[in-house]
Amino acid sequence: MAERALLAGLLQGLERLGRGASAKIWRLGFAARFFGYMLLHSGTAFRRFGLIVREIYFIGVLSLIIILVSGLFVGMVLALQGYETLQRYAASEALGVLVALSLVRELGPVVAGLLFASRAGSAITAEIGLMKATEQIAAMEMMAVDPIARVVAPRFWAGVISMPLLAVLFSAMGIFGGYLVGVHLIGVDEGAFWSQMQAAVDVREDILNGVIKSVVFGVAVSWIAVFEGYDAPPTAEGVSGATTRTVVTSSLAILALDFVLTALMFTGGNAR
Amino acid sequence: MSSPNIVEIEDLSFSYVAARPVLHGVSLRIEPGSVVGIMGQSGCGKTTLLRIIAGWLRAEAGSTRVLGQAVGELDGDGIFALRRKMGMLFQFGALFTDMTVFDNVAFQMREHTDLPEGLIADLVVMKLEAVGLRGAANLMPSELSGGMARRVALARAIALDPRLMLYDEPFTGLDPISLGVIARLIRRLNDSLGQTSIVVSHDVEECFAIVDYVYFVSGGRIVARGTPAELRGSGEPFVRQFVRGEPDGPIPFHYPAPGYQADLAVAASHG
Repeated sequence: MAERALLAGLLQGLERLGRGASAKIWRLGFAARFFGYMLLHSGTAFRRFGLIVREIYFIGVLSLIIILVSGLFVGMVLALQGYETLQRYAASEALGVLVALSLVRELGPVVAGLLFASRAGSAITAEIGLMKATEQIAAMEMMAVDPIARVVAPRFWAGVISMPLLAVLFSAMGIFGGYLVGVHLIGVDEGAFWSQMQAAVDVREDILNGVIKSVVFGVAVSWIAVFEGYDAPPTAEGVSGATTRTVVTSSLAILALDFVLTALMFTGGNAR
Repeated sequence: MSSPNIVEIEDLSFSYVAARPVLHGVSLRIEPGSVVGIMGQSGCGKTTLLRIIAGWLRAEAGSTRVLGQAVGELDGDGIFALRRKMGMLFQFGALFTDMTVFDNVAFQMREHTDLPEGLIADLVVMKLEAVGLRGAANLMPSELSGGMARRVALARAIALDPRLMLYDEPFTGLDPISLGVIARLIRRLNDSLGQTSIVVSHDVEECFAIVDYVYFVSGGRIVARGTPAELRGSGEPFVRQFVRGEPDGPIPFHYPAPGYQADLAVAASHG
């Protein structure tokens, strides 16, 4: 009798696991179809570029403060920490290289991506989700206007365009922060700081790869944000859940993608 | 040959979940120029019916012809083309909260026409004047009262002079003055613009005051139909209960439940 109950319990658990997994896979498929449909219906957004520009203002320009301030602090901390280690090997002139490479290759795209996900991604999800909850999306469909073309695609493309620009600004600000601390506070030679950086940082190998990373993160975060918003249950609870999922999923996606991209881009260079 | 009726529904059935039909065997006809009420309790299927007419939901059986076209057979573009001839007022207005009143009303004109901005401005002013809110053009939706928001939504819905207007619970949550204003506007716009209107509502008095004909929906079927005067004098038990707002009748006060005694713990233990 007890065995039968145990077996039934096990089967039930297995069934629940299976149902959960297939629901997740179904949702992933839906997200992929949504992505394809959105790309196909991006024509309107590009023909009326003003729609994208308006969203770039909300997504990109309004994220500037947090990106610039964070970049400055990250650069300053990098210089402090980097100097500590480098001076042990009497290589403190290489501080500029350390700061620049860390920022351009990794911290710029990744930290800017994480900030972008929590500042802009959550806002996109909440806005689209609330538009759905207040029937604005339905009203648009009723007025024979495709909300994916009119609301979703401009926000997605604005995110894709803004993200690399924000990452570049983050890195630039970080390098400036590193310069302030390294040269003016600690007293590393200014000429060495800049000239070693100039010699060691490669445009294609380092900067371009960093920009590619940030574009990939931009696509991932913007896709997750618009999808979660569009798929959110039209209730207060549904929208808040979707907003949280956007931040969590985007952050994990950025870190996982960063590992894959770094493995593809930089391992060849290190082996040289 | 397209029929002279604006909406013609024949033997329509629909269900969200298999084996639990929301609508079954519904037939109705709406003549041009009329204001028709679809009334019934919350959850009786009247909003579903409105959504089928708007091409939102696809009926499982029966035919739905709107403005001479079979809605069930249209593809996405066909539905969008049909909707350009329709306007819909949503229950709470559904204004775009990131745009001013002016931009809300101008939205469809900008999306669907190539009219110069000057002409659009004039048209928007005319539509807002029709609902008495010309002075509110530069306000944001968050600055409007519930009644004003619904009037703006009405101006937006009539922006492209639709032939068929759909109203989803237009009276819900309004104060008596706003309610009277909206009701009179629905009738006046219908007559002056040569529209046909469908009003889905459960507010008996407000609806009866402006409609020409009423269909009563209950349990997914049309249980009564007639002019407001006919329905007021109707002996049909459901209509009597609904029109007079009686708590018990064909629609029971109690949700189906097992015996009362069995549910009472104390009675059960002492019984």
